[in-house]
Amino acid sequence: MEHRRPLPWPGLALAVVGSLGLLILGQQPWLALTVLLLWGCSLWLAIAEPPPVSTTRTNGAFNRDTMSELIEHSGTPLLLTEKGRIAIANQAAREVLGAHIVGQDVRVALRHPDAITLTNMDRADTTTVRGLVRRHDIWRLSRQPLGDGMAVIELINRTAEADISRSHTDFVANASHELRTPLASIIGYAETLAEENGETDVATRDRFLGTILRESRRLKGLVDDLMSLSRIEAEKHDQPSDRIDMRPVVERAARDAAGPERLSRLELDLADGIVVRGDQQQLEQLVRNLVDNALKYGAEDEPVRVVLEEGQAGNARLTVSDRGEGIAPEHLPHLTRRFYRTDPGRSRASGGTGLGLAIVKHIVERHRGRLDIESKVGRGTTVVVRIPLIDDGEQGLS
Amino acid sequence: MEHTVKAFDEDITRLRGLIAQMGGMAEVAVQRAMDALVKGDDTLAEQVIADDKKLDALESEVDKLAVRIIALRAPMADDLREVIAALKIAGVVERIGDYSKAIAKAGRKIEDRKKFGPLTLVPAMGEIAAEMVHDAMTAYAARDAVLAREVITTDEKVDNFYESIFRNLVSHMVENPSTISSAAQLLFVARNLERIGDHATNVAEMVHYAATGAYPVDSDF
Repeated sequence: MEHRRPLPWPGLALAVVGSLGLLILGQQPWLALTVLLLWGCSLWLAIAEPPPVSTTRTNGAFNRDTMSELIEHSGTPLLLTEKGRIAIANQAAREVLGAHIVGQDVRVALRHPDAITLTNMDRADTTTVRGLVRRHDIWRLSRQPLGDGMAVIELINRTAEADISRSHTDFVANASHELRTPLASIIGYAETLAEENGETDVATRDRFLGTILRESRRLKGLVDDLMSLSRIEAEKHDQPSDRIDMRPVVERAARDAAGPERLSRLELDLADGIVVRGDQQQLEQLVRNLVDNALKYGAEDEPVRVVLEEGQAGNARLTVSDRGEGIAPEHLPHLTRRFYRTDPGRSRASGGTGLGLAIVKHIVERHRGRLDIESKVGRGTTVVVRIPLIDDGEQGLS
Repeated sequence: MEHTVKAFDEDITRLRGLIAQMGGMAEVAVQRAMDALVKGDDTLAEQVIADDKKLDALESEVDKLAVRIIALRAPMADDLREVIAALKIAGVVERIGDYSKAIAKAGRKIEDRKKFGPLTLVPAMGEIAAEMVHDAMTAYAARDAVLAREVITTDEKVDNFYESIFRNLVSHMVENPSTISSAAQLLFVARNLERIGDHATNVAEMVHYAATGAYPVDSDF
C-alpha cells in the first residue's frame, strides 16, 4: 500500500454509470446528480478510514532472528532452508540431526533419496521416510516453500505408531509363550509319572498331580481370558444396549472375586440408582478383575475399598483402591498392555494371566467410558472407571 | 568453515551435499537389495539395479566438482583434505552401490526360496553391513571422528559373520547337493556384504582423515 488513500476508481465508475442510467431512464438531472454525489461521497468516506491492520512488511527476506526465535522452542523438529542450505534448525531438530547441520547443505542432514526428492520439489508436499536418522525409524516430512528459495521442513517421528502395529505381532508371540509355559510343566510332570510305572511314593505323586492340576487351571484361565478379550475386541464398536443397575452387579462381582476367605477385606460403599447402558457379564468381569487385582497386590491385612457413586458430567464412577506397595510410575502407561507385568515372577506365582487389565480396558472402551490408574509407591493404587449414565430422563432417583 | 570467498564456501557445501546424497542412496540400495533377496521380490531387485545408474551419475558429478574446486580455488590444509576425502569417498560409495546391485542380481537366481534354509543366515549380516554404511555416512555428515572409529571396529563383526556363513554354506552344500547353485549365489551375497562392510570402513577412515588429518592407527588401510 504505497498510496495511503487510493481513489476507489471502480466504485466511482459505477456511480457515474448509475447516474447516467438514471438520466437515460428520463429522471430529473438534479436527481441523478444527487445520487452521484451521495455515492461518491460515501465511497470517499469509506476509504478515509485507516486500514485496520498496518503491516510493516520489510521488502524481501524474513527477519532471520525473529524466525529463529519463533521456531526455536517448538517440540517438533523444524528446518528453515535457503537455496538448499539449512539456514535455521530449531532445538528439536538439532537434537535429532546434530548441531553440525546448520549452514550445511540440506542433503547432509536429510540424505535419504525420498527426502532429497522432497527438498527438490518446488511445491509443498509430504512424504514418509524410513531410516532417516536411525535405521528403521520412520519420519513424516512436510515441506512448505516460502518463496525466495526458502522453505520450511517439518519432521514428525512416526516410529512409535509403527511399533503399535508391531505389538499385535508381539501379542501372538507372547500368547504362544504364555500358553507353552504351563503346558511344558504339565507334560513334564505327566511324563515323569507315566515313566515311573506307579513306583512313586504317594507324597511325590500327589505333589506332581497338584502341579499338573494347578498348571491346567492356569492354562484354562488363560484360554478363557484370551477368548473373552477377543470377544470384547470383536464387538468393540457396538455399544451395549441393556440397562444395567450397577449396584447389584458390582456387589455380586466384588464378593465373587473376593471369595469367602478374602471377603472380610472388602469394603463396599455402593450408591443406589446408578444405571448405565452396559453388558452385564462384561461389567461383572470388569469388577471381578479390578477387585481381584486389588486384593492380590494390596497388602494382605489392608482392606480394599470399592466405591460406586454418581460422578461428574453424567458419569457413573467406580473406584477400587487398595493400600499396598503401589506401582512405580514408569510401569503405569503400560499396565493395560497384554501380558505386561511389573514383576513377572510374582504375578505368575499368584496365578495372574497378564490379561486382566487389558480386558478391563477393552470393556471400558466398549462402554464408552474412561479408565484411570493412579498409584503412589508405598501407599497403594486407585483405579477409577467412569461410564456414562443413561441420560433419557426416565432414570429416576429410585 | 568460514571463507572469505563465498563461492568457494558454496562449492564445498555442495560437494558435501552430493556425497551425503550418494551415501543416502547407497544405504537404501543395500537395504532394498537385502529385502529383495529375502522376500524374493524381483521388482525391488530391478529397482536396485536401475538406481545404481543414478549413483554412477552422482559420482561423476562429484569428480567434476572436486576437480573444478582444486583447479579454480587451489584449496589448502583442511579444505584440501576435505576435497580429497570427498573424491575418494565418492568412489568407495559408488562401489557399495555396485555390491548392492550384485546382491540384487544374485537374489534373483536363488531357486525354491521357501525350502532353502540358509537364506535365514544372511539378513543379520546384511543388517550389520547396512548399519555400518549408515554410521559411516552419519560420521561424514557430522565430521565425527569418534563414530568413524566405531565403524572401523565393527568391521570385525562382519568378517566373523562371513567366516561362519561360509562354513555353514559349505557344509550345507555337502549335505544338499541339489541346492548348490542357490547356496553358491548366497555365498556371493555374503561375500558382497563383507565387501560392503570393508568399504564402509574405508569411508570411515576417510572421514577420520578429513576431520583430523591422520588415518586412524591400528587400521590395515
